[in-house]
Amino acid sequence: MSLLQVENLSIAFGGVKAVDGVSFNVEAGEVFTIVGPNGAGKSTIFNLISRLYEPSGGRILLDGQDITRLPAHKIAPLGIARTFQNIELFDHSTVLQNLLMGRHVRRKTLWVEDLLFLPRVRRAEREHRRHVEEVIDFLDLAAYRDKLIAGLPYGVRKVVEIARALSSGPRLILLDEPASGLSVEETKDMAWWIEDMQKDLGLTILMVEHDMSLVSRVSDRVLAVAEGKPLALGTSAEVQADPRVIEAYLGAEETA
Amino acid sequence: MRVQFKSSYDDDINLFQDNRHRIQYGILILLAIAAPFVLPEYFVGELTQIAIWSLAGLGLMLLVGHTGQVSLGHAAFMAIGAFANIALMARGWPFIPALIASAVITGVAGAVLARPLLRMTGIYLAIATLALSVIIEDIAIIAEPVTGGVSGVLAPIIELFGYEIDRYGTPTAFYYLCLGVLLLVTLMYANLLRSPSGRAFLAVRDSEVSARALGVNVANTKTLAFTLSCAITGLAGALYAHMVQVVNYESFLILISITLLLQVVIGGLGAMHGAFLGAIVVVLLPQVIATLRDLVNAHTPIALGNYPGMDMAAFALIILVMVIYEPRGLYGVWLKVRTWFQLFPLYRKGMFRRSRTYLKTERMR
Repeated sequence: MSLLQVENLSIAFGGVKAVDGVSFNVEAGEVFTIVGPNGAGKSTIFNLISRLYEPSGGRILLDGQDITRLPAHKIAPLGIARTFQNIELFDHSTVLQNLLMGRHVRRKTLWVEDLLFLPRVRRAEREHRRHVEEVIDFLDLAAYRDKLIAGLPYGVRKVVEIARALSSGPRLILLDEPASGLSVEETKDMAWWIEDMQKDLGLTILMVEHDMSLVSRVSDRVLAVAEGKPLALGTSAEVQADPRVIEAYLGAEETA
Repeated sequence: MRVQFKSSYDDDINLFQDNRHRIQYGILILLAIAAPFVLPEYFVGELTQIAIWSLAGLGLMLLVGHTGQVSLGHAAFMAIGAFANIALMARGWPFIPALIASAVITGVAGAVLARPLLRMTGIYLAIATLALSVIIEDIAIIAEPVTGGVSGVLAPIIELFGYEIDRYGTPTAFYYLCLGVLLLVTLMYANLLRSPSGRAFLAVRDSEVSARALGVNVANTKTLAFTLSCAITGLAGALYAHMVQVVNYESFLILISITLLLQVVIGGLGAMHGAFLGAIVVVLLPQVIATLRDLVNAHTPIALGNYPGMDMAAFALIILVMVIYEPRGLYGVWLKVRTWFQLFPLYRKGMFRRSRTYLKTERMR
């Protein structure tokens, strides 16, 4: 069974059908990328999966479990973590605190225990810190550990957001345009990390991305969408060669 | 510049960074304990006031500074704490259980109100909480069995471990009582901030969308913050009642709510220190203004200082200047001064300039 099954997913904002009958399956362990022109509904699909939007039709299944009607905060505990296109970090906290916030789904203590800071809380905190340090090592963030987010360069923030998602110990990670706004070099680093997440951590990755060099390098399968509808599904090369995809990006060639 | 060498995770978990830090706060607490032996009685009263307003400020700071929800109605929760404490003591409860119970009652009242209130955000939340301040005046008159109606109620003398504590009879003992409660609450507050619950508050403040994506139940977290905030403010209200001795419907006017909010803003939002610094300003500023008034009267031909509303105008002016030039409050000023000395002579002017925040997706609902 596929890890994530999206069946006939739809959402309309007023009269605009932002996502219209999109279906796809993400197999465990693969990198699955959604591409498409601006406004195609890629990020909307992400927001539907993380339940920030209410779908008007269709189903989302994780490991066979229907998550279409779960509230948004019940999604992370199931092992789905995500990043945001515009970076949604906690700006007034340090990198370390941000990553510890990523451990929220693994919290074991009640607020009363926290208030008294019982020995149990300290033990749990050390445990959280150990996991966070693994992520810091993995993404090479040690130099920024105690820096405030507000003072970090854009490229580092992108990595911190991925680190925060990894801190929760997910099975499936949703990356919303991980390379947008990054330099060529930073994009190459990002490609390494995506490959490492797939191969070393065994994660399943669902990604939205515009940078086709990154997409072709890391993706196992690619889905092209335009105007909320699926266009083509296949390997990166297949999708890029598909005439409907070319038409969606460049417009139809004039036929005499 | 001093660099801290960390050798275990506990260095980041402990309340104090290192021994130096520990000694600094130890000295501060010792000074607070020694103060009544050194200072004249008048100042002990002022210190007691600072302790009580710090406590109330901590309550509001938890909500405004650390969870990002505005409240213009916290005087109402001070009132609930005050009336609950006096009503329980009048029915024969000893002081300590009555104090704890008044915090619990205020917390429960806060929890009940939180659900409908916290569906609103920003300016709407401010207006809704402002309404609380208005309503509490009427409730204080109507609920006569508890609040004594228009004439109000008299705070009974506190009996504690065989001692009688009374604000006028034994001001020092009352000061220690307030200081003790303040220290206890401060410790619990600090505990909260270094644990998952406190981090959830900060997450809700900085980005609700990603808090939800990380599995934080935003509604529950806000409710918990509101509850704890009200409980702390209720404690402050109970102590305030014992300080002013008589409380009635006029004791907790809207002005108190506004002063409290200004206190945390002047002190510095998002830092516990801010509540304390703000309390010092709120308590001592009227005294400074009164002193200045005599000075102004002596040097102006028309006794400018005697015009009504001059104190409030001066107070307002200070706040305006503060908000425009130092939005991070007094604690922000302190951080700058400290950094200036630590880095001397390398401090640069732009070091604390807030970097521009990138586009946010808060509209997602």
